[in-house]
Amino acid sequence: MSVIKKLVTSVALASAMFASPTMAQEDVRIALVVKALGIGFFEAANEGAQEAAAELGNVEIIYTGPTDTTAEGQIEVINALIAQQVDAIAISSNDTDALVPALKRAMQRGITVLSWDSGVAPEGRQLHLNPSSNPLIGNMIIKLAADHLPDGGEVALLSATTTSTNQNIWMEEMNKVMGNYPGIEVVATVYGDDLADKSYREATGLMQTYPDLDAIIAPTSVGIVAAAQAVVDAGKVGQVNVTGLGLPSEMAGAIESGASKSFAIWNPIDLGYSATMLAYELSQNGAEAAPGAEIPMGRMGTLTLDENNEGAMADPFVYDAGNIDEFKSIF
Amino acid sequence: MTDATTARNIPDRMNSRAVRIFKSWEALLLAVAITIFVVNSFASPYFLDAWNLSDATFNFTEKAMIAFAMALLIIAGEIDLSVASIIALASTAMGLAMQHGAGTPELVTIGLIVGLLCGAFNGFFVTVLGLPSIVVTIGTMSLFRGISYIILGDDSFRGYPSSFAWFGQGYIYWVFTVEMLFFVIIAVAYAVLLHKTNFGRAVYAIGNNPTGAMFSGIRVQRIKFILFLLTGLMSGIAAICLTSRLGSTRPSIASGMELEVVTMVVLGGVNILGGSGTIPGVVIAAFVMGLVTFGLGLLNVPGLVMSIFIGLLLIGVIALPRLWTMAAERRKE
Repeated sequence: MSVIKKLVTSVALASAMFASPTMAQEDVRIALVVKALGIGFFEAANEGAQEAAAELGNVEIIYTGPTDTTAEGQIEVINALIAQQVDAIAISSNDTDALVPALKRAMQRGITVLSWDSGVAPEGRQLHLNPSSNPLIGNMIIKLAADHLPDGGEVALLSATTTSTNQNIWMEEMNKVMGNYPGIEVVATVYGDDLADKSYREATGLMQTYPDLDAIIAPTSVGIVAAAQAVVDAGKVGQVNVTGLGLPSEMAGAIESGASKSFAIWNPIDLGYSATMLAYELSQNGAEAAPGAEIPMGRMGTLTLDENNEGAMADPFVYDAGNIDEFKSIF
Repeated sequence: MTDATTARNIPDRMNSRAVRIFKSWEALLLAVAITIFVVNSFASPYFLDAWNLSDATFNFTEKAMIAFAMALLIIAGEIDLSVASIIALASTAMGLAMQHGAGTPELVTIGLIVGLLCGAFNGFFVTVLGLPSIVVTIGTMSLFRGISYIILGDDSFRGYPSSFAWFGQGYIYWVFTVEMLFFVIIAVAYAVLLHKTNFGRAVYAIGNNPTGAMFSGIRVQRIKFILFLLTGLMSGIAAICLTSRLGSTRPSIASGMELEVVTMVVLGGVNILGGSGTIPGVVIAAFVMGLVTFGLGLLNVPGLVMSIFIGLLLIGVIALPRLWTMAAERRKE
């Protein structure tokens, strides 16, 4: 067993690892860092980022992330990106606080840092891109029901728990805009506790108590699926429309059966697209991330920042029979 | 039967010291490390930068601290799979103390004590009750992290005192981090302990033949208990460094780290069945793993592919010498 042989084999072993080519240097390099690789939602976000890159022309997207959804894994990724002197990092974080020291260092070395989807504490990023905002969601859930009730009608809410912060805020925001939807009456609010069986029973109860019910609005991904099933089982498809917030993969059946005409949730493609556009604006066009600033993000319009340098991208995206097949395999 | 023994090639003298070192596991590993370093330098223009290399050391320093203690434990024929969970529990305890106003010295003390207590807990079940360590520590792996989840749930502790950041974010001089200093001190301490003391000889003896060791007057259970204590202590130190580096505690902290630590130990040439292995081997293995992950990271190789490389590296480095030996024996016949 000669030493030469050892060396030759080691070299072969090691060089096999570095087969990937080095990238062109003149491009603007924007890193899209996700919670973990291999998740459909983030793969779709990458698709959006690639779309933005193609539109901008001279942008290279580095789509990366750890194997598991850990902060330590993301820090290793961030360190490698700092070392490469990328132009911008757009991250969906696994931990609001643990990434701050690493991202601060990135900013000190002149890298643009923004968070999207899942945020980083304000000191660790320049801005945060929320997929939507509470007022927009509150408006969307009632609009989804009202769009199919041109002559008005009775609707009921199926929420998560009485103490679910998000759902309560959204319903509060919804109540504020009820004046814009004349003829629509909210007859009841019930709570399914985000449990499939309890949500199912509550939805069934609603249909028995209010025989003229036209729509059930469930601003929770558990409740909306259970309510759609309850409507199918009660034979009320076509009479009661189930809508609210849900995941395309779980709601594809309800759309197909007609129990749900449409529902909404964020669109990951738009999110990746907007994050890339914002990163480009901040790092290349001198856009300033400050409270009140309006930053353009291509086809998605502009992002207006609040006092925490956070902004909402858009209305939740509406899914119906026309696009559900495209998205049900994504997330 | 007698033919077989006489046919064996018996050398008339031992190989010289230089030849033995040249042919050793550590030499092979060092060659791999140097190769990876050279290949990395060519593959990425960013690799040969003092600050970047300094950042890269964070990929392995904390794991390596535990790996040294784990190496001794594995040489003695035991294993501790709860190390990452000990980090979670120690970090949670420090977070709780911080919320009640503890300063940096208290936080460090608490981290070390929780580590020691967890080690003692494992050690008690293995040495006093005589249970297999792999079973006990799979249990405590869930237990320790479970306690963290009960205390923290979906929440996190943050707002550690700024002086606490020194451990995981501080620099001694230029690019040399505080964690590197710890790494070097701990490596030297364990090298001396394993290779230069009676304690170290006893660890090898236990790993090769626990019964024989006992009849030779070695206090087997007591030494094993100390090894579990040391592993707990090192996990406590790693918890201090990691918590300081992250600046926050979540119950998922360091999840999956136990397997990376064991990988590092085995890659370092420690026999997973016990009885042999060296500290220098583990040191080089730490560098190999750190350099590979950082080098691949610079090329933006996805994490999934990276773990495939680490797996291949481990199997390759372990299998190749064995294959050569078999091939060489066949040629002689």
